[in-house]
Amino acid sequence: MKKIKVDNKEIEVDDHLTIMQACEEAGKEIPRFCYHDKLSIAGNCRMCLVEVEGAPKPVASCAMPINEGMSIRTNTEKVKKAREGVMEFLLINHPLDCPVCDQGGECDLQDQTIAYGAGHSRFNENKRSVKEKHMGPLIKTYMTRCIHCTRCIRFAEEVAGVNEIGAVNRGENMEISTYLEKTIDSELSANVIDLCPVGALTSKPYQFEARPWELKKTETIDVMDAVGSNIRVDTYGWKVKRVLPRLNEDINEEWISDKTRYACDGLLTQRLDEPYIRIENKLTTSSWSHALTKVTDLLNEYKADEIAFLTGDLCDLETLYLFKKLADQLKINNIECRQEGCNIPFTNQTQYSFNTKIANIEKSDCLIIVGSNVRQEAPIINARIRKHKITSNLPIAVVGENLDLTYDFTHLGDDLNVLSSILDGSHEFSKKLEAANNPMIIIGNSILNRDDSISIFSIIEQLIHKFKFFHESWNGFNVLQIAAARTGALNLGLFKQGNSLEKIYQSIEQNKIKLIISLGADELEFPRINKAKVIYIGTHGDRGANTADIILPSAAYTEKDGLYVNTEGRLQHAYKATFPPGNAKEDWKIINELSNMLSFDWGIIDLPNLRERLKSEHAELFEFDNNKINKYERLLANKAPTADFKNSNIEYLIKDFYLTNAIARNSKTMAECSLARNEAKD
Amino acid sequence: MLSNKDKIFTNLYGEESFELKMAYVRGDWDNTKALMQKGSSWIIDEIKNSQLRGRGGAGFPTGLKWSFMPKDSEKSNYLVVNADESEPGTCKDRDMIRNDPHKLIEGCLLASFAIGAHKCYIYIRGEYFNESVVLEKAVAEAYAAGLIGKNACESGWDLDIYIHRGAGAYICGEETALLESLEGKKGQPRLKPPFPANKGLYGSPTTVNNVETIAVVPTILRRGANWFSSFGREKNTGTKVFCISGHVNNPCNVEEEMSIPLKELIDKHAGGVIGGWDNLKAIIPGGSSVPMIPKSVCDDVLMDFDSLVAAKSGLGTAAVIVMDQSTDLVKAIARIARFYKHESCGQCTPCREGTGWMWRILEKIAIGNSSSAEIDKLLDVTKQIEGHTICALGDAAAWPIQGLFRHFRDEIEENLKKGNYVA
Repeated sequence: MKKIKVDNKEIEVDDHLTIMQACEEAGKEIPRFCYHDKLSIAGNCRMCLVEVEGAPKPVASCAMPINEGMSIRTNTEKVKKAREGVMEFLLINHPLDCPVCDQGGECDLQDQTIAYGAGHSRFNENKRSVKEKHMGPLIKTYMTRCIHCTRCIRFAEEVAGVNEIGAVNRGENMEISTYLEKTIDSELSANVIDLCPVGALTSKPYQFEARPWELKKTETIDVMDAVGSNIRVDTYGWKVKRVLPRLNEDINEEWISDKTRYACDGLLTQRLDEPYIRIENKLTTSSWSHALTKVTDLLNEYKADEIAFLTGDLCDLETLYLFKKLADQLKINNIECRQEGCNIPFTNQTQYSFNTKIANIEKSDCLIIVGSNVRQEAPIINARIRKHKITSNLPIAVVGENLDLTYDFTHLGDDLNVLSSILDGSHEFSKKLEAANNPMIIIGNSILNRDDSISIFSIIEQLIHKFKFFHESWNGFNVLQIAAARTGALNLGLFKQGNSLEKIYQSIEQNKIKLIISLGADELEFPRINKAKVIYIGTHGDRGANTADIILPSAAYTEKDGLYVNTEGRLQHAYKATFPPGNAKEDWKIINELSNMLSFDWGIIDLPNLRERLKSEHAELFEFDNNKINKYERLLANKAPTADFKNSNIEYLIKDFYLTNAIARNSKTMAECSLARNEAKD
Repeated sequence: MLSNKDKIFTNLYGEESFELKMAYVRGDWDNTKALMQKGSSWIIDEIKNSQLRGRGGAGFPTGLKWSFMPKDSEKSNYLVVNADESEPGTCKDRDMIRNDPHKLIEGCLLASFAIGAHKCYIYIRGEYFNESVVLEKAVAEAYAAGLIGKNACESGWDLDIYIHRGAGAYICGEETALLESLEGKKGQPRLKPPFPANKGLYGSPTTVNNVETIAVVPTILRRGANWFSSFGREKNTGTKVFCISGHVNNPCNVEEEMSIPLKELIDKHAGGVIGGWDNLKAIIPGGSSVPMIPKSVCDDVLMDFDSLVAAKSGLGTAAVIVMDQSTDLVKAIARIARFYKHESCGQCTPCREGTGWMWRILEKIAIGNSSSAEIDKLLDVTKQIEGHTICALGDAAAWPIQGLFRHFRDEIEENLKKGNYVA
């Protein structure tokens, strides 16, 4: 601790703080443009100048470390004059077009002009104008407004790991550019829009849509991947206008992926707003009571083993719980949430969770990634790995395709046999694992649905026992889920041992299963379920609805209160930002009504009531503790025979990052992103 | 006046070849090993005692700078020689490299040894193509003769010298921008602290010195600190190469004693001001970035760091730019302002936005389209830049303008009123 004085007030602060941080602890706000908590210090805007006793010149407080006994003045005439000077310089070449600027109302430059701006301009010269730059379908540029804080450059370099934004030219001709004027090849690119303190980089899909003060803001949880990024949903009337990140140091820090941010326009298109019934191969609208009667008739018509319950990737926990309850009540055994199939007999949570927890990635000292394209499956986790890699030079090895993960790693090849040679110590990388105290392994879902996945798990289990993957203060075994609903569904037991999905497919083909109730299952192999009747409960006229015989429209993640369990096992509350369209209903209500019509009276009347039930039966879900180390449990009850992994090429599950679920597939923005990326590849 | 026997750069005018065999004749590389055997702390002390101040402009005591280098750091130390001589009016390093490069190379060895560096980079201005050829040749000669490289001069010390050519940016003469450029990045000054002595090139302890500072080191060590400090005044010691240009009869580079009166310097070496001393209007005594001084000050000012600071100017690089009565001072300073606008790196706000503004106002004054109020505004802008930037380029852009109006404001306002400035 060091003793310093801020405006004559003595305080004691941490040794490693900068003057700006120390002033904040003393309750003094320091204006800034270029400084950002999560980025390196540039010190170029010069807005944060303060006076330090003994220093001849004002000091940039963001970059200067404190010294014992330092006396800092933040409110002198000299400081005020210096900041006003900087403000004037920033404004002379700024277009002052706030009335037509999308940043208006949430613009740092606007806000600080109120405090430090002069009432009039002394600049009688011509203003500079800068040509627009092309940065892809997400980022709209208006570079004349740029104040050259370089936050976007630093973000691209440091967090996103793509050196695609930079400054060209010098002096007053300096411009922020992507050099080749192409789409930024990053899943996190749109974060630069939040970072931009002015209206130089604004959101293209959101341009001229709304003013920030007109929007209703709801803090909720994202479901585009299994990370559970914390987001804020801004709505105008019924429509979701935009999605912004919320700070959560344990999960997404300040970032969200482009899909999280921009798939929201998919909430407006192709929505199911009425129940539909297929009559003479044509879906026609129907009333709720009629549709639900039809569904109960069908459920009564078929025997329990002729019915399968399938769930999708975006379901909330309460609905999954009710769905499972309904299945149990109907004695239906064919229930499955793993839409891509899975061969591992799950018996405990360790087997399918991200046990290390996202924030603890930064404590790891060796990482091996097996069959996961982390960059596409969880861009936020990838950014965290990258952050740790560049600050600590973490050794990383990848088994699988030689991908561009935005950081350097040792590529161990596509052949899974390498795991055996790591295990027997003959591989170079086993030395690194040997030396590591907190090693981590990340397994992708593409490993779980292989025919030989049990053998792979067996080898991994041996690896884990050989090296220090788990001990009192560490659990380094991780499965990276890609679906928001998956961990929760597995916790609630919505699956059957063995590769049950494959068995369900086969039973349908053999006419043994005749009815499917699909709770938003949009990623199935649809040609294989043609023979069965399908009741689809979901939000979009997407793949799942196309083959359905009865459609019950439900609410998307922004339209209902719900619980979600992310890949770590973290339970988070999502809140209702807007209403389901038309006659669509919240999912749990649909299942509840259905069960009432089937004369199962569970006495559930509202959501709190339902949650209480859920909690009483699955208390462990509510006990997530970020600081607790997940205890390690055996991955497999019995050691599996070692197999030779012939033909062991790993096939990643995500083919197109931008089109992974029904909402994203119906988003125009996501389609544009997908197109831009594919064009860039060609 | 400095006698010939006391000149360090005996081949400044290129009367002899720059090559090693002639360098030996001039006394370079004469038992360098013996100097090194006296130890690095002896060298640093000797330089401290000589009171040598950096010749690149800021005048920081060299011995002190060297003593900041950590003795036993885990990373390797670096010596970087700043040969990116771009200050308008300055051309001393150029002559030293082109005609006496072995002085510099020997200096590199001694300085590297003193600060514990095994690698030395010479960052030479891109436009100095011929000089870089000469330097490369000289370095090759030194390698071939075993003077540098492994076991340099049989001293047991290894030193590699690399020559890096710049790409024509003035800002890369700023030491931290130079390091950025050397690392292959855009030449933009770094924030200080950390200073290069702690975190310099590739994050390692680094000393950056001007060519002249390094090149005088071997002679100081040979002839002794007392010999060097016997020239000039206390704290402004030694000999210095002055570059005299502008309205003089005989523009030249000349090595002279520090603290020589400005008038004597010009009269003796540059053949006097064109049209006589009385025809003098003003002089910029230390390269384009220091404020000008009017004739009344020039009459008796001494050419050294402290005396010029007292006259509200600076020694800078000792590039004396002489302007006689025929000079339109506003136009001259507007040209300098344009230079700084062009060379601003664009990183920090005051310099990026302010240099262009200042230049534009000056251009307006130069064509008579201005007023006293606008001069006030201009001076206010210079004050808003000065001291608020990351590096000294902001100051360098502001000072010449402040100097102009400090001494000639009345005259300029008079001219504006009379309509003497016309486009």
